[in-house]
Amino acid sequence: MIVTLTGTNAAEVQQAIAKARHHVGAASGLVFTLVVVAELSDYERAKEACAEAGREHPSRILLLTNGRARADRLDAEVQAGEGSPGEIIALKFHGVLQKHRESVVLPLLLPDLPVIVWWPGRSPRTPGLDPIGRLATRRITDAMGDPDPLAALEVRARNYCPGDTDLTWTRLTRWRGLMAAALDAYPMDVTRATVSAAPANAAGTLLAAWLSQRLDVPVTLERTDPAVGITGVVLGSGEDEIRITRTDGNLASFSAPGLSSRLVALPRRDVNTLLAEELRRLEDDPIYAEAMASVVRRIDRAVARGQVRAE
Amino acid sequence: MAGPSALVLFGVTGDLARKKLLPAVYDLANRGLLPPGFGLVGFARRDWAAEHFAELVAESVREHARTEFREDVWKQLQEGIRFVPGELNDNEAFAQLKQTLTDLDERQGTGGNHAFYLSVPPKAFDVAVAQLRRHGLADRPKGSWRRVVIEKPFGHDLDSARQLERKLAKAFSPSSIFRIDHYLGKETVQNLLAFRFANTMFEPIWNRTYIDHVQITMAEDIGIAGRAGYYDGIGAARDVIQNHLLQLVALTAMEEPTSFGADELSLEKRKVLSAARVPSDLDAHTARGQYATGWSGGVEVPGYLEEQGIPGDSRTDTFAAIRVDIDNRRWAGVPFYLRTGKRLPRRVTEVALNLRPAPHLPFDGTDVRALGTNALVLRIQPDEGITLRFGAKVPATPMELRDVNMDFGYGTSFAESSPEAYERLLLDVLLGSEPLFPQPAEVELSWQILDPVLDRWAERDTPPEPYPSGTWGPPSAVEMLARDGFSWRRP
Repeated sequence: MIVTLTGTNAAEVQQAIAKARHHVGAASGLVFTLVVVAELSDYERAKEACAEAGREHPSRILLLTNGRARADRLDAEVQAGEGSPGEIIALKFHGVLQKHRESVVLPLLLPDLPVIVWWPGRSPRTPGLDPIGRLATRRITDAMGDPDPLAALEVRARNYCPGDTDLTWTRLTRWRGLMAAALDAYPMDVTRATVSAAPANAAGTLLAAWLSQRLDVPVTLERTDPAVGITGVVLGSGEDEIRITRTDGNLASFSAPGLSSRLVALPRRDVNTLLAEELRRLEDDPIYAEAMASVVRRIDRAVARGQVRAE
Repeated sequence: MAGPSALVLFGVTGDLARKKLLPAVYDLANRGLLPPGFGLVGFARRDWAAEHFAELVAESVREHARTEFREDVWKQLQEGIRFVPGELNDNEAFAQLKQTLTDLDERQGTGGNHAFYLSVPPKAFDVAVAQLRRHGLADRPKGSWRRVVIEKPFGHDLDSARQLERKLAKAFSPSSIFRIDHYLGKETVQNLLAFRFANTMFEPIWNRTYIDHVQITMAEDIGIAGRAGYYDGIGAARDVIQNHLLQLVALTAMEEPTSFGADELSLEKRKVLSAARVPSDLDAHTARGQYATGWSGGVEVPGYLEEQGIPGDSRTDTFAAIRVDIDNRRWAGVPFYLRTGKRLPRRVTEVALNLRPAPHLPFDGTDVRALGTNALVLRIQPDEGITLRFGAKVPATPMELRDVNMDFGYGTSFAESSPEAYERLLLDVLLGSEPLFPQPAEVELSWQILDPVLDRWAERDTPPEPYPSGTWGPPSAVEMLARDGFSWRRP
């Protein structure tokens, strides 16, 4: 059931939700409220991701955009049922209401359940202090959704609050898993590491930072152009090397001392899948926090050496 | 079905009458619960003819009744509708009221049974009751009954409540005085009794061994909305905690009554209310606030002091929170936190029993960080139902745990819509059935609990702490729970 409301307020939206849910006849059983703060141009893509995430995690999804109407007005579209176990409530803010979005979001949060905010595109400088971000215990950003992913990652890293994560980190899950498994199977005292990635790829930066923090060795980050995402990682100790190379963003070849090259499926995953994975975790991630701290250290050191310009 | 009777509504032009009482009368008629001989008499300070009044009744019924409007039902009801114009101190008007009722008894066959519903400001109670007495309207001929219905607040402290009782007792016998606390007419509140005393699985955990603390919230998203004259000087604690919330405490915490008769039920409520008390350090365990300008649900709203008819230096509390402890074997050491307020983010009333944490968690520390404690939430309004919260494993993780909810919803489990509270209560008045009405002793005990808080607030001589409209109350409310190691849930 879809209910459309124009020039509305939180209480009316609440009633529409109750009505729609009653119409569908489902007991709620929802697990959290997901607030999605998107730009108008991103609306359709964000909505699709919401529907996908809603299938894995039955939830109330509040999709916030700023509209262009020349009035101080809130428009809403409430959707329950329609092939999704949860509810999707699209809220479009016009005029002065864009400054008071949290006043509409707060009454619509599900009782007691965790609140997660996701910014698919640009995100606030400090998500943890943002009026909407403050309502949540988990805040998900995506540096790759920003026009300048590397700068966005740095801003995220410098303004980290517990509960923040960036989808850049989720993109690394399989890489990290593969490397941890490799070192378990072929133990070596790693003395050097190299990460290669496409020029504006933030995941490469974060992977290098994570490796240098975990292994406590110098990690070189090479930019390969043209390339798709992360193209390879080499962990070395003397002559021995563990090498993962992925040139097509899909299938990787893996080699280790005494092991000839093997193929490993390491596909780049779309945002919908990444979000659904990230939503499995509702508490803060200390490993991510350490990796982000390492990003900051590496940038500061590079600035001190004069290799890059300070922001 | 009620017997032959007439209902006299004082203050029939008020909001309550238009939105709740008149529609409830119609809904009762539509459900076939009113007798053929039923009279409805409006009394107000308006120069109306009976027909004009009937039109207004029809209008409010069409707009607010729960059941559909049916011409035949309306015709039946219309025959018994009368109107008496006048002021409460106008003797002529009361003489006319008496004449109207005699006339109804003869023509409609209302049988000399009259219920007087005083939907008037508390300060007008005295005059109304005295006038009823003076004009012999409270005297019942043999074989008939006279009843009076009053709305909260029943006084503004223990003394004034007792005074009110004495005045009412002069005109009406104790069993013919009905004090309305409309919360007790709600299906979900009555279901609390079914939930507790018809089931086996909850009773074993319904005590201090398993329950950590209890939170009772009644939140409204609206402001005082034109009720300035009534609300200012009364405030949230007197308006809501004294009656609704302490009644909810009583029903949640009381022992099993031997039956659901009025005396048996009241006996248990009285027992638990006399064991209840507020902490001695009231500054640390109470909070009071007043809403300030802010954005509430996407609408900019004025603060309490800017509301029409409110003095700029008013110290009326629009938010109140208190801690209550119950000194008995079942509840010793389990704090009950009560809060109510206007201009909070959403309209909701809930009783939440929070259970103690598991004594030992054989899981990895990081796996249980998103895990809270078990809770049982009784949702009184809206979205009436019961939620049970417990931990479950998140799929596709090694052993990560998270809270999930198991829900019972009235709306989905029972297709029939619940009668409005006033429907049930008006019918009970006409039937003379008392269990859902608080007895005077309960009212007095509730004042005894609340009075020390009100006295302390008056003595402190500081204005209530402001909170922006559309938020969950002032910081002192948060601190009050933090001091005990808890936090308010988000209802």
